[in-house]
Amino acid sequence: MSIWEYTPAPESRESARLRPSYQMFIDGEFVDGSGTAFKTINPADEEVLAEVAEANESDVDNAVRAARRAFEQVWGRMPGRERSKYLFRIARLIQERARELAVLESLDNGKPIKESRDVDIPLAAAHFFYYAGWADKLEYAGFGANPRPLGVAGQVIPWNFPLLMAAWKLAPALAAGNTCVLKPAETTPLTALVLAEICQQADLPPGVVNVVPGAGNTGATLVAHKGVDKVAFTGSTEVGKEIQRTIAGTKKRLTLELGGKAANIVFDDAPLDQAVEGIVSGIFFNQGHVCCAGSRLLVQESVADELLDSLKRRLGTLRLGDPLDKNTDIGAINSAAQLEKIRSLSQIGESEGATRWSAACPLPERGFWFPPTVFTGVSQAHRIAREEIFGPVLSVLTFRTPDEALAKANNTPYGLSAGIWTEKGSRILWMANRLRAGVVWANTFNRFDPTSPFGGYQESGFGREGGRHGLEAYLAH
Amino acid sequence: MPTESSRLSVRKTYKLYIGGAFPRSESGRSYPVSTPDGRFLANASQASRKDVRDAVVAARKAFSGWSGATAYNRGQILYRIAEMLEGRRAQFIAEVADAEGLNDAESTVDAAIDRWVWYAGWTDKIAQVTGSSNPVAGRYFNFSLPEPTGVVAILAPQRSSLLGLISVLAPAIAGGNTVVAVAAQDRPLPASTLAEVLATSDLPGGVINLLTGRTAELAPWLAGHMDVNAIDLTGVAADERTELERLAADNVKRVFRGPEGDEPDWTADPGIGRLTAFLETKTVWHPVGT
Amino acid sequence: MIARVHSPNVTAPTTQPTAIFADAVRDATSLRRFLHGLPGVDQVGAQARAAGLATRSIKKASKVWALEAAIGMVDLTTLEGADTAGKIRSLCAKARQPDPADPTCPPVAAVCVYPDLVTVAREHLADTGIAVASVATAFPSGRASLRTKLADVADAVEAGADEIDMVIDRGAFLAGHYREVYDEIVAVKAACGSAHLKVILETGELSTLDNVRRASWLALLAGGDFIKTSTGKVSPAATPPVALVMMEAVRDFAAATGERRGVKLAGGIRTAKDAVRYLVLVKETAGEEWLTPRLFRIGASSLVNDLLMQRTRERTGVYSGNDYFTVD
Repeated sequence: MSIWEYTPAPESRESARLRPSYQMFIDGEFVDGSGTAFKTINPADEEVLAEVAEANESDVDNAVRAARRAFEQVWGRMPGRERSKYLFRIARLIQERARELAVLESLDNGKPIKESRDVDIPLAAAHFFYYAGWADKLEYAGFGANPRPLGVAGQVIPWNFPLLMAAWKLAPALAAGNTCVLKPAETTPLTALVLAEICQQADLPPGVVNVVPGAGNTGATLVAHKGVDKVAFTGSTEVGKEIQRTIAGTKKRLTLELGGKAANIVFDDAPLDQAVEGIVSGIFFNQGHVCCAGSRLLVQESVADELLDSLKRRLGTLRLGDPLDKNTDIGAINSAAQLEKIRSLSQIGESEGATRWSAACPLPERGFWFPPTVFTGVSQAHRIAREEIFGPVLSVLTFRTPDEALAKANNTPYGLSAGIWTEKGSRILWMANRLRAGVVWANTFNRFDPTSPFGGYQESGFGREGGRHGLEAYLAH
Repeated sequence: MPTESSRLSVRKTYKLYIGGAFPRSESGRSYPVSTPDGRFLANASQASRKDVRDAVVAARKAFSGWSGATAYNRGQILYRIAEMLEGRRAQFIAEVADAEGLNDAESTVDAAIDRWVWYAGWTDKIAQVTGSSNPVAGRYFNFSLPEPTGVVAILAPQRSSLLGLISVLAPAIAGGNTVVAVAAQDRPLPASTLAEVLATSDLPGGVINLLTGRTAELAPWLAGHMDVNAIDLTGVAADERTELERLAADNVKRVFRGPEGDEPDWTADPGIGRLTAFLETKTVWHPVGT
Repeated sequence: MIARVHSPNVTAPTTQPTAIFADAVRDATSLRRFLHGLPGVDQVGAQARAAGLATRSIKKASKVWALEAAIGMVDLTTLEGADTAGKIRSLCAKARQPDPADPTCPPVAAVCVYPDLVTVAREHLADTGIAVASVATAFPSGRASLRTKLADVADAVEAGADEIDMVIDRGAFLAGHYREVYDEIVAVKAACGSAHLKVILETGELSTLDNVRRASWLALLAGGDFIKTSTGKVSPAATPPVALVMMEAVRDFAAATGERRGVKLAGGIRTAKDAVRYLVLVKETAGEEWLTPRLFRIGASSLVNDLLMQRTRERTGVYSGNDYFTVD
C-alpha cells in the first residue's frame, strides 16, 4: 500500500473538440465521399469516438485529380518562398492548436497524453518548421542545380504516431513542390483530419493536401493510382513488400519505412542507470508501438543480473492506465487486433521456453491493455527475438564480447535502429560503424529530430525521412 | 592458315570471374560470341543459376573486408585498376572494336579508363558530400554518413561493352559494395578481359564477380536472391523489368531501374546518382555532456 | 549538558563501513579503485530522467500530502554572519508552528544554525521533537586543519546539536585524495558521538555527476548518516540531476547493505512546486521508504512560506498572499 498515491490528473477531454463525424478532405473541401463511413474508437475504453467518412476508389481518384490540378496550376509553379510561408503558417497553427491535437491523439490512439503533448505534437510542428525553410533553398540541397518536384505524392501512414507521421510525409513533399494525397490509418484518422482543417486555416490552395481516410483498400487504391508519381509508405514490412510489387514496372518513385527488431546493446561499462532509462524508453515508449523500438536487449553477461534487477525495479514505477492522465506512462494498445498479436507472440515466447515477467500493474477492465513484459532466457532462435511484436514486450539476450554482440545485433533481416551503451568512446564508434542499421543511438535511445535523417537498411525499407536527406525522396534529380 | 612468316595466335579461353578465380560455368555450357557483323570471336562461358549462387556467396564473403577498408585504401585500389586498364589499352581497343563493331574504339576505351579514374577519386569524398552533422534540438551530437548497401547485382548495359560496364561497376564498388555483374549478353568479351585486369590489380577476390551468359536467364535468380541487397536493371529492357522488380520486393531490394529509353550516352557526366543509389544513410546520436 | 531530545533520526549510527565493503575501504588504492569502478553517469541522460520526473502532475489530495510531508522534512536554516540570538529565537518559533493561523500544520524537522548558536536553538526547541542541526568543520569552505574542524564539531555537539552538517574537503576530493576525505569523515563521525552526521558534498564544486556519485559513495562508506548536496553558499546548489544521482547512491547502498541512509538537499529550493518535484524524484528513484524526515530533508528558509501558502490554497480553495505568512 502506497503512502503517497498520485491523485488522477486527467487532461480535459473537452480540449479535443471531438465531433460526432468527420469528413474526408479533397480539393480544399470537407466532403462525405462515397465510401461506407466507419467508426473510430477510443482503445482505452472501446467507446466510439466518431464516425469517419471512408474514401473509396472514386474518392481517391478525385483526390489524386485535385492534387494533379493543384500541382500543375498552383503549387508546382509557386515560388519557393511562397510555399515556405504556407509551411511556416501550418507549423504555427499546429503549435496554436497543440493541446487540442494532443488530447485528440491520445483519445484516438491510446498513447499517454504526456507523450502526445511532449513528443508527437511538438515534433510535428518542428517538422513543418524545418522543411518550411527548405522550400526556397532547394538548389542548395545538393540534389543538382535545378531540383524539380515529382508531382503527386501518395502517402500512406501508420497508427502509431498519427499526426507526426503525417508531418513527416507532408512537410518535405510540400517543401519540394509536390502535392499530396495522404491516407491516415484506419484506427487513427482524426488528427490528420484536423491537420486538413489547419491547411484550410492556413489558406493552403485547394488540392495541395488531400486526406482520404480508410483501411487497407483505400491505401492500395491510392498506391496503384496511375496519377500518383511518388509513393511513400510507413508501416509493416509485409505491406511494404506488397507496395513494392504493386509499383513494379511503373515510373513511380518509392520510399518505404518498415518494421524493425532493434538491438539495444548494454556493455558492462555502461552508465547503467541511464541504460535502464534507455531500455525503458526504447521498448515501452508508446506501448512499444514503434518501428525502431529497442525490442531486443543484448546485455553483457557480467552485468546482466544487476541490470535486470534495476530494470524490473524501474518497471515497477511505470504507471499504466488512462491515457489522458498526465501521470500515465503506459497507455492502451491501439486496437484489439494488435493486442491479439502481442498476446499470441508472448504466448509463443513462453511455449518456446523463454521466461516471462510482467510488471505488477492492474489492467483496466475495458479497453485494450498489455502490461510491460520482459522475456529473459531468449535466444536468437526464438520467434520473439526475430519477429516484430510492436508492443511493450522486451526480449533479453546476453553476450560475452563485442564481436558476439555485433553478430547477434546484425542477425536479422531488418535494419532500422540500434542502441549502444558503453562509456568507452572507441567502442561506440567501432560498434556504430558495424551495426547494419539506419539509426544508431549511443548512450541514448528513441530520440527524434526534424534535422536527423531516419530510415532503414535491408527489410526495414529504403529512403530517409528528416534532414536534408529527406528532401531527396521528393525531388527529381 | 598461317604463312611461314606469321605464327598462329594463342587464343584465350573466356571464363567467368567468381571470388577472384576464373572458373568455367559449373554447367559446362558455353555460347558463341560474334562481332555485330557475324564474325566468330570466341566461346564465352554461359553462367547458370548455380554460378549466380556461388558469385553471391563470394560477394557476401568479400563485403565485410571491402566495406571495412578505408576509403583511401579503396581509392588506391581503384586507381591501381585504372593503371592496369591503361596497360591493356591496346587490347581493349581491339576487343571493344570487335564487340561493338567499331572502326575505332580508342575514344570509348579512353573514356572508360578515365571514368574509372574519376570514380577512384570519389571513394574518400562521397561521405563528405552526402554526409552531414545535423543540428538537433538537444544536447546531442548527431551525424549522418553514407554506408554501402551490401551485395549489388548489376545487369550491365547490353551495348556499351566496356565504358557502359565500367560506368555501372565502378560507382558500386567505390562506395564499398561488392558486386555480382552480368556482362552484356552478346558483347561479353571485354568484360572477361576486365576480369583479368581486376585479378591482377589489388582488388580482393569477390568484390567484383563477373558472369557471362543469358541476361534473361540469370536476372530473375539475382532479383529474387535474398542475400542480394540491391539490383541495377540497366541492362534489362524497360518492358522486362516489371517481373524483376516484383521479385526484388521479396527482401525489399533497392532497385535502380536504369534509363527509360535507349542506353544513355555513357560519355556524358555521370553525376553521383549511381554512387548514392547503393549507399545507405546511417545516423548516429550521442549525448554531449560532462 | 542540555538534555537531548529524541532525534528524528533513528537509524543506528555507523562508524565502520558495512562489512560488505571492507575491501573497498582497505587502503587508498582499493578505495580509489572502488570509486572509479562505479558505473558512470551520463549527464544528458540523467538530466532527461530528472526532467521527465518533473512532469508528474501532483494535484488535490496527493498535493496536500506532499506539501505537509515537505514541511515536516525541512531543516529550517539560517547561516548568516549577521545571525543573532534574536534571529534564532524567531526561527525556532517558526519551526515549532510554521503556520500560526493553523495549528494542524506540522512542525519542521530541524533548525540548522552555526555552532555558536546551537545553545540558543536548543533552548527554544526543548521538548518539541524538533532537532537542532549545526554546520561544522569550518563551514562552508572546509579550509582548516583537521584539529580545528574536530574542535568545531565538538563545540556543536557539546552545545547540544543533534545533527552535524560537515563539509568534505573538495580540494582533496578533486585532487583524487579520496582516502584523506574518507579519513576525515570517519574522524568527524567519531567526534559526533551519538549526533547524526550529514556530509555536505558541495556538488556545485564537484562539477560532474560522476564526481557526485563517487563522493556520495565515499561519504556513505565513511559512515555519513546523510549525504547532503550543498552548503547553500555555492551556486549551483541542489539540482534535480544531482538529487537523482544521490538518491541512486542511497538506493544502491541500501540494496547492497540493507541499510538505508538519508539525503538532504540544500540551497536554491524556494518554491513548493520544486519541493514536490523532489518528493516525486525521491519516491520514484529510491522508493517511498525514503519519504520520511529520517531519510530525506530539505535545507531551506523561504521555502516554508511557499509550502504554507500552497497548503492553504489547497485547503481553502483561495489563493493567498505573502502578508498572511510570517517572515521569521
